[in-house]
Amino acid sequence: MSGGEANGGAAFAFTPEVMARAKAIIAKYPPGRQASAVLPLLDLAQRQNGGWVSRAAMDHVAEVLEMAPIKVYEVATFYTMFNLKPVGRHLVQLCRTTPCWLRGSEELRYAAQQELGVGLKQTTADGQFTLVEVECLGACVNAPVVQINDHFYEDLDAESFRELLRALRRGETPAIGSKTGRQCSAPASGPTTLKEIGRG
Amino acid sequence: MLRDSDRVFTNLYGAHDWGLAGARQRGDWDGTKGLLEKGHDWIVEEIKASDLRGRGGAGFPAGLKWSFMPKQIDPKRPHYLVVNADESEPGTCKDRDIIRNDPHKLIEGCLLAGFAMRAHVGYIYIRGEFIDEAHRLDAAIDQAYQAGLLGKNACGSGWDFDLYVHRGAGAYICGEETGLLESLEGKPGRPRLKPPFPAAVGLYGCPSTINNVETIAVAPTILRRGGAWFAGLGRPKNTGTKVFCISGHVNQPCNVEEEMGIPLRELIEKHAGGVRGGWDNLKAIIPGGSSVPLLPKAICDDVLMDFDSLRAVRSGLGTAAVIVMDKTTDVIAAIARLSHFYMHESCGQCTPCREGTGWVYRTMQRMVKGEASVEDIDRLNDVVGQIEGHTICALGDAAAWPVQGLIRHFRDELEARILVAKGGLSSARFSLTPGIAAA
Repeated sequence: MSGGEANGGAAFAFTPEVMARAKAIIAKYPPGRQASAVLPLLDLAQRQNGGWVSRAAMDHVAEVLEMAPIKVYEVATFYTMFNLKPVGRHLVQLCRTTPCWLRGSEELRYAAQQELGVGLKQTTADGQFTLVEVECLGACVNAPVVQINDHFYEDLDAESFRELLRALRRGETPAIGSKTGRQCSAPASGPTTLKEIGRG
Repeated sequence: MLRDSDRVFTNLYGAHDWGLAGARQRGDWDGTKGLLEKGHDWIVEEIKASDLRGRGGAGFPAGLKWSFMPKQIDPKRPHYLVVNADESEPGTCKDRDIIRNDPHKLIEGCLLAGFAMRAHVGYIYIRGEFIDEAHRLDAAIDQAYQAGLLGKNACGSGWDFDLYVHRGAGAYICGEETGLLESLEGKPGRPRLKPPFPAAVGLYGCPSTINNVETIAVAPTILRRGGAWFAGLGRPKNTGTKVFCISGHVNQPCNVEEEMGIPLRELIEKHAGGVRGGWDNLKAIIPGGSSVPLLPKAICDDVLMDFDSLRAVRSGLGTAAVIVMDKTTDVIAAIARLSHFYMHESCGQCTPCREGTGWVYRTMQRMVKGEASVEDIDRLNDVVGQIEGHTICALGDAAAWPVQGLIRHFRDELEARILVAKGGLSSARFSLTPGIAAA
């Protein structure tokens, strides 16, 4: 928590709507075990706070869950999905692990760096994009895969990825999932199994 | 080839309605009350009879695991079912398909497994990145509640069962069952020492069983069709069907449900369109997710895809994630990427893993460039051997095995890379730059 940005930032409190969602989440866990809700509440805080968790946001989560603030900081710094510094409107997460690498993830990285004009862990000057590399996203048969905010974009190549980034820059909402249009994880030319619906 | 009528995941690709109506059409939630009325122990015995082994990687017999739960409920220590949907083993993407396309198989399985182990509450811990999938699962659970299949008097059985989705936030280590429990309790996901095992001291210190998504999701079909049906597929002690994930250098990467024990070559050629450039263009395959040692083509030619066959060739079925590498692959760089993965994902709790994974990655980077000595290969082998088996959880082993596999099968390539860098061999055969495989 030594960074200036993490220490700075405005005061933070859940809006009434978000607080209602937080209470519903806390109710999933037994009485006295409200600390179990720390990951989902940090996620709510990050969403309300524009994509990152400030020190004030962590302190608020600690207060809501009656946890020592240090316990919340420890969690927020352990899990990679919590951004401890501001990020761009679109957080572009390139999968770098072997199955994506075998299918050309390096080419996607070059394409993104050229298209956005930034390096890894950097944000474009207009605040639209932050580019990062992440470890395996778990969609390996649709490699290479990129996660942008909440969604997966799959079966990409350099050109379809550039087009995806351009569409986001234009403020459009590109279709999620496979860019080659195949059905989930089925072979590209169509399923080799399940040609008739059977009983489970 | 497995017949469609013996496939469990009949909506694996999402061709049909994932919702309750579609699921019922495919046979889910059919006679669930009747299965519950047969009793806790009948369910456990039927799963035992099926010889179902855990689908999350370790392959522990599922029925036996369920039988470890106490037979009596201590009112102060309720039982918990925890489903591991933290699918993060590189190469693996099967649970995602089950969750988004066949969620009711998982939900019905939770009720049946939860009842069998006398749990009234279940948590499904799904990896944080699967946001759309978690929404889908929540929606399916809502449908089940509205239809009276979950909650008070679930399915009219007299058993109360609540089921919740819990999203993680980006940490491979939470796929380790006790790391997952720590995370579910609101802490960093640092694995616990075992014993005590979770069946004795698990979530909130209470008896708990943690199972993979696929393990739980196949249970209803096994109970409906009988343990003997499942045991009749595959090979002895390696029974049933399995969802395989085939990625990398194949013509048509895909997930597919097949019979356990299918030859690796047949699996790839029938379903994944074959190796890019033909079978003879194959260099190596990681047969069970990144943690298991890779196999060179000669072994891939005739090995069978099950726990014991792969163990016999010093690898493993793991999660059945098949990562294929053709001859254009810089196999040293491919494994170095995995070393980076384990360095990144080490929780830092145990010194051999925390320090070792970083050292291994740095050394592997030098191996990629050939900036090492032949003795360094032995040193690397020695160091990974000192990580393996010396940590609280299996992440240390998982970091060691890919490197051990590389040295076992491609030592000549490591040595050649070093000689090339020293100028002792023509570099024509051994490219110095990590190859970027054309897609």
